[in-house]
Amino acid sequence: MIDASYLPGEFMPEPLVKVENLSRYYHNSCAINRLSFSLDAGEVLGFLGPNGAGKSTTMQVITGNLAPSEGEVSIAGHDIIDDPRSAKACLGYLPEHPPVYRDSSVDEFLRFCARLHRIPASGVAVALERVKQQCGLEQVGRRLIGNLSKGYQQRVGIAQAIIHDPPVVVLDEPTVGLDPIQIREIRGLIRALGSERSVILSTHILSEVQATCDRVQIIRAGELIYNAPIEALREGHEQIVRIALRRSPEAVELAGLAGVEHAEMLEPGRFRVYLAADANVDALVTAAVAGDWGLSELIPEQQSLEDLFIELTHDHEIAAS
Amino acid sequence: MIWVIARREASAMFLSPLAWVILAVVQVILGYLFLTNLDNFFILQPQLIQLANTPGVTDIVVTPLMQIAAIVLLMVMPLVTMRSISEEKRNATMSLLVSAPLGMTEIVLGKFLGLMLFVFVLVSMLMLMPLSLYLGTSPDAGKLLSIYLGLLLLLGAFSAIGLYLSSLTSNQTVAAISTFGVLLMLWIVDWIGSSVGGGQSLLGYLSLLKHHQAMLEGVFNTGDVAYYLLLIVGFLGLAIRQLDRERLL
Repeated sequence: MIDASYLPGEFMPEPLVKVENLSRYYHNSCAINRLSFSLDAGEVLGFLGPNGAGKSTTMQVITGNLAPSEGEVSIAGHDIIDDPRSAKACLGYLPEHPPVYRDSSVDEFLRFCARLHRIPASGVAVALERVKQQCGLEQVGRRLIGNLSKGYQQRVGIAQAIIHDPPVVVLDEPTVGLDPIQIREIRGLIRALGSERSVILSTHILSEVQATCDRVQIIRAGELIYNAPIEALREGHEQIVRIALRRSPEAVELAGLAGVEHAEMLEPGRFRVYLAADANVDALVTAAVAGDWGLSELIPEQQSLEDLFIELTHDHEIAAS
Repeated sequence: MIWVIARREASAMFLSPLAWVILAVVQVILGYLFLTNLDNFFILQPQLIQLANTPGVTDIVVTPLMQIAAIVLLMVMPLVTMRSISEEKRNATMSLLVSAPLGMTEIVLGKFLGLMLFVFVLVSMLMLMPLSLYLGTSPDAGKLLSIYLGLLLLLGAFSAIGLYLSSLTSNQTVAAISTFGVLLMLWIVDWIGSSVGGGQSLLGYLSLLKHHQAMLEGVFNTGDVAYYLLLIVGFLGLAIRQLDRERLL
């Protein structure tokens, strides 16, 4: 390995997934419009958007299931149009509907997928054991896929996407239709995948992105309108706390405390308190104890993804109407 | 890679009852016809002995049997080919193959080879009937070989046409009916020639029946083989083009 810091900027290692000016039209309607982003190794990218925003189309274009109308996609340096075989060899894809043959057993199906991805016959058994263990499929290997529950079918779909150990995994709404326990398990699996691979996760479930992703992108009507690391959502909001008091003083009294810039009452006994930039929450707690206010809750407020999402997509609806 | 897909296709066919039912029904119907033909042969036999240049058992029993077999298979093959791509489209499993590091050519050739494995089993089982004649008499081995290869080529053409039409739709019934229509049309296309006269050569050349008839009579010529191979290559090419085009739509 050559240390990248010795190299001038333009020789930096290429990102694993690079999408440039990608557009895709269905007849005359534009599904995605000049989309550009890139993804580095070991990153989990959450792809968010309302229904019909172009999430699935983007996934299909990245994985070579649809041809782009304009623009370029390269996977690990291989262009998806000019060199599709090399590009697809670096990709694992779980489409919206898991592409599983209902009439074959889990083992048969995964063996077929392994052979399809050019795993040599001698390596198939090892790969099969590995993915079954990763996806929790050890108990159902001999069962017919059609007889499995939706959650297990989804796991078979994920197993199919990672059986050839690809550096890039694309998952399109992997937790749709699952029960809460299955959702937790699948999220755990996605986080585990993200520790060694790049994962693109398309979803419209916001908490899923907050729970699993390193970076979030919001797409709206085919255009990328937000792209930032997940930590950025917290920045600038550490200085806001929400408190609940059993014997509450007036909001003015709270605002008068040292280090508090401003306080607003949300409902009787609940306040949102804005702290000064250099202050911390200690003064507030001390005052609460001294004043015998009966402090029962103290929650640092983050801008939730939901607020951001609604803010960004709502503007559009207003503009459209 | 082609072989991986072909094996999966053939095993999927034999996992469903459809393949077994088709094999059984075809075998029963043709077995009955075989016995009828054999019976006729026994009735004709005393008269045949008196003729100078007599047709043999192959001409009297096997050739008519296989003529009918071709027509029965023309009705049956659309049911075999209808699922090959339509089903993948309907169940959204096509993306499994498309996302794998394969070209469309490999996918289509794999599917075709899978169908041909089934065809091979089907035709080989049918050929057991003429081969059983060896128990009591001596049929013409050359003619039997010609008939065997002729049936394989004919069913290869049926499969390629069915595969293409299956790639056009996600509805299996539509694929089956349109395949049946195209096959029947190619079968009867020369009928007009025999009554009108003009255009006989072109329409006659297009007819599946004409080319098959020659092989049934033991005439195995390059022109007929080329016709079937062109048909197979042509329709497989169309199927590849169709699947490639769908990525652009």
